[in-house]
Amino acid sequence: MTGGADTIRAMRPAFLWAALAAIFALAAPQMLALFAIINLTTAIALAILALSLALIWGYGGILCFGQVAFFGLGAYAYTIAAVNFGGSTWAILVAVLVASAVAAALGYFMFYGRLSDVYLGVITLTFTLILFSVMRRTSGPDWKIGKSLLGGFNGISSPPLNLPWNPAVKLFPEHVFYVAMAALILCYLFAAWLVNTHFGRVCVAIRENETRAELLGYDTRAYKLGIFTIGAGIAAIGGVLFSQGIGRITPDVFGLYNAALVIIWVIVGGRGTLAGPVIATFALFYLTSWLGGQQVLNNNLVLGIILIVFVLAVPRGIAPTLLGWWRRGTVRPAAARVRRRRNRAEAAE
Amino acid sequence: MDLVVAVALQLAYGIANLALISVGLAIIFGMMRVINLAHGEFLMLGGYTVVVTTNAGVNLWLAVFVLAPLVVGIVGVLVERILIRRLYGRMIDTLLATWGLSLLLIGLVTSIFGASTATTISPPFGTIQIGRFSSSGYELFLIGVTMALALAIWAVLRFTRLGLVARGTMQNAEMASALGVSTSRIYMITFGLGAAVTGLAGGLLAPITGVLPTIGATYIAKAFITVISGGSAILAGTAAGSVLLGGIQGVFTFLTGPTFGEVALLIAAIVLLRLMPRGITGRFFRKSL
Repeated sequence: MTGGADTIRAMRPAFLWAALAAIFALAAPQMLALFAIINLTTAIALAILALSLALIWGYGGILCFGQVAFFGLGAYAYTIAAVNFGGSTWAILVAVLVASAVAAALGYFMFYGRLSDVYLGVITLTFTLILFSVMRRTSGPDWKIGKSLLGGFNGISSPPLNLPWNPAVKLFPEHVFYVAMAALILCYLFAAWLVNTHFGRVCVAIRENETRAELLGYDTRAYKLGIFTIGAGIAAIGGVLFSQGIGRITPDVFGLYNAALVIIWVIVGGRGTLAGPVIATFALFYLTSWLGGQQVLNNNLVLGIILIVFVLAVPRGIAPTLLGWWRRGTVRPAAARVRRRRNRAEAAE
Repeated sequence: MDLVVAVALQLAYGIANLALISVGLAIIFGMMRVINLAHGEFLMLGGYTVVVTTNAGVNLWLAVFVLAPLVVGIVGVLVERILIRRLYGRMIDTLLATWGLSLLLIGLVTSIFGASTATTISPPFGTIQIGRFSSSGYELFLIGVTMALALAIWAVLRFTRLGLVARGTMQNAEMASALGVSTSRIYMITFGLGAAVTGLAGGLLAPITGVLPTIGATYIAKAFITVISGGSAILAGTAAGSVLLGGIQGVFTFLTGPTFGEVALLIAAIVLLRLMPRGITGRFFRKSL
């Protein structure tokens, strides 16, 4: 068992990242125009999505190709609930609950069926693609939940966030930015805490060797289901903020392109770290927006090449590779010293 | 009576369509246990080959039955040699690499032909009257072609030396390799054949669906769940998967419209995999091809 103090000690680097992010959150609105801030809010929402996949894939070892499904479900559930309730306070909770419940149901079939990785990836991807094609067909007045039309491929425009329990006071985009940064920091700290708890360590053990974890008496199915459900809830928070960043939610969120994007962010950032995928999301978000603005190179082409190159050449991703180099740089001299001393001792005998 | 025939025909076409878009994927999955995420783009390339060459004046049948499989088969062999070969034994990386390939191919085709529909071709054979209902003659033709294709694959697997060696490699790759079979070469050939069959399917469907760089996405969801529900036996798996899922989709589409047809398909597949995690042929017909 790892105690609370151990968990906090292991989280030290996470607090450092969180502090840096907080400084950024305070500084950015002073330096950037409003348009850039709104754009940044979308990037933050996507970073939370990447964080959720980094948690369940990087730590839980669950190959989920459809994390974007929970992100989109969160955005849809928030929007529909906010339209019906006339306020955002409970709608955010509904978003998290809907996404987690769907993930729990899907996860039950996948983990308790003991599907292999390949099947898991394909099922989750298929789930996303079918949501895409279903939501595209929901245009017209017949398709509505309560007061909210589903809107087919035009989607629904999302009501803005308001102060908790006070629907009269809507937040301005610059305020939503602060909310988004706060959500990112809290989700990040939560994930960093989770992976250092007993639960998180068992999840990592299952990732490393499922049979061994099972022989040690852990019900691996339940742990996988648990982390998968939590990941979906985090993704839904990202979805809520995403609907704020672009002001509406459309079925495109469930598209193959978006599903691939998340995977690429996590691969590039590195599996087994949380900060890596988050930073990679920001970097690649601005790369793809820049690519979208020029005519020479196609976005898909560049992303495809990035994915292939990383799988072939940097399969661990940037953050773990850099970390590996850094450790080798600092740890090896110490190890070499120990080895030299031992050799000398052996020679003396 | 007319209604029964018309509905039965629709159901048969739905099943044949699923089998047609899945069988190339099933060949690769059966052999390497890996889902080729660029499968949709192989279908797309087959479609583009047919549309581009017929626009250049090539006979439609030549384009569909020779050029589409040839072009996509060559692409498949190249992909296997350049990409897949480096990732043998790394299942997840293979999946990811084929996903990268999928994006790459979409990007490449968009750069060359543009993002909108290339000129379409109208399906041959016109319509066929069944009492009060009419059905597309081309759909009937596709049912026939799918059956012929299944028969051809069965014959290759059952009667040729290549088929024998391929089945051996599928059952136990290490043993086959110990007996002097170059498994790497077998993987290359089967990947190429799977791609060629996929190219043929894409070419056959092009007159009905038209082509777009992103058209692959509309096929893959159905193809993936058909193959994994079917399990690893190439023909029996595809047949079992497409009959079951095509049947369910057909019935639900008939009862509730196309939106829930696909949802029913997905739910059926998920429940099926809960009961039989290795697909239908992982439980039944285990000795089949």
